[in-house]
Amino acid sequence: MNGSSTVNKTRTVVPFGPQHPVLPEPVHLDLVIEDERVIEAIPNIGFIHRGLEGLVEKKDFQEMTYVVERTCGICSFQHGMGYVEAVEHIMNVETPDRARHLRTIWSELGRLHSHLLWLGLLADGFGFESLFYECWRIREHILDLHEMTTGGRLIFSVNTVGGVLKDMTPEMLRKILDTLDEVARDVRVVEKTFLYDYTVQSRLKGVGVLTKQQAHDLGCCGPFARASGIACDMRKLGYDAYPYLDFEPITSNDGDSYARCYVRLMEVYQSIDIIRQVIGRIPEGDIAVPVKGFPNGEYFNRVEQPRGEAYYYVKASGKKTLDRLRIRTPTFANLAGLTETLKGAEIGDVPLLILTIDPCISCTER
Amino acid sequence: MAKVKKSPWLLHYDGSSCNGCDIEVLASLTPVYDAERFGIENTGDPMQADIFLVTGGVNTQNRDVVRQLYEQMPNPKVVVAVGVCACTGGVFKDCYNILGGVDKVIPVDIYVPGCAARPQAIIDGLVKAIDLFEKRANEWETSLKGVKKGE
Repeated sequence: MNGSSTVNKTRTVVPFGPQHPVLPEPVHLDLVIEDERVIEAIPNIGFIHRGLEGLVEKKDFQEMTYVVERTCGICSFQHGMGYVEAVEHIMNVETPDRARHLRTIWSELGRLHSHLLWLGLLADGFGFESLFYECWRIREHILDLHEMTTGGRLIFSVNTVGGVLKDMTPEMLRKILDTLDEVARDVRVVEKTFLYDYTVQSRLKGVGVLTKQQAHDLGCCGPFARASGIACDMRKLGYDAYPYLDFEPITSNDGDSYARCYVRLMEVYQSIDIIRQVIGRIPEGDIAVPVKGFPNGEYFNRVEQPRGEAYYYVKASGKKTLDRLRIRTPTFANLAGLTETLKGAEIGDVPLLILTIDPCISCTER
Repeated sequence: MAKVKKSPWLLHYDGSSCNGCDIEVLASLTPVYDAERFGIENTGDPMQADIFLVTGGVNTQNRDVVRQLYEQMPNPKVVVAVGVCACTGGVFKDCYNILGGVDKVIPVDIYVPGCAARPQAIIDGLVKAIDLFEKRANEWETSLKGVKKGE
């Protein structure tokens, strides 16, 4: 432009949200628009803020497990796991091997159902209703496995400081393997549409590019960063049963919406493979050890959730209640990357781009 | 009017829920549970909605949003609170930013308990909401006829 254009371009601010059909959760964005193109996006969050970290003053450290699990209903298990592992480190509790393997199975089942949910929402985002329904149908198999092993569909509270509350019988493990075979077969069918369908590609390829450098500078994490070529995966830190397993972070170098779809699709297969490996080597033994006394000290724990890395900071001083709990969730880290990808996007692509970071607003605002 | 009461449209708003109930609401609309067989359709526009489905309790930030959405909906309307947080505040009722259940802000007709509420429970609540909506629609219609005769 630089003065060569005589047309006086006006800028408009379009409010987006908090209530919007494409988002199951409220987030508000002020989009500064010039000729249908987004110049800037200013997020405004706080619609779901509950202040659950403040509850540590009122509830004891065992009860807090149930509160932390309700940070988010999608990655509920992994939130609880991150918290109890931090407390276990403070109290020097050695969790039994079987409990660590069971935690890995439930984490990966959580990742599977979260990624299938996201694939469905993405399909809904670009207007492919039947694909959305198909992904959610496949996802129901995973929820059935949750229900069979724990009794709950989404929030099942099987974590406790010192181990897990429920065990899996050999029949359950067999059933998990059978169901995963079926899921893998079904996902192969939708994979063709997601990756090779012409209309789907036209909505995803080259849309919302985030370069590797940008993703690194803005501190992005999870599949969002992996799609831009950063191989960061907290599972490689080796908590639970992960040090015994054979897997590599899945990355892509394109950094566009298509790459994010590709990375998550491949992670579905990766999770299925990890669960198979775990079931192949799960040891016999106790599922929990008794815990005595109260925690005293502080610890900083990191786990890889479906959306990226989550931090748990726990500080305790030998009392029944903790001093401080701090959670940093992956979506909070990825919001900076989102505002960057929105710059220069067309307004029609905005809902889709918001979906591609897999936002979990209730995690972010807690 | 006769057509409207057979297919009430649904407006879903996430108050301050943890996502668990939202996902179950969406799951109950997909073909596995298929709440759409009752003629329900999920809409994003409060002006076209008949049933207002709220998940999660209200907090200081979204109090006005919930009230606004409720006021934008045309009469007759039914409010369904899904999940224990929307009913009473649930596990979060001691949090400093939670005011309590949705009934602190708008009148609630049907309470669906559960954490997270199961799709079966949500569908049960929706069926009750449809009955109530039909009743209210009939009352609304007769009151309108009364006005016409009076003229």
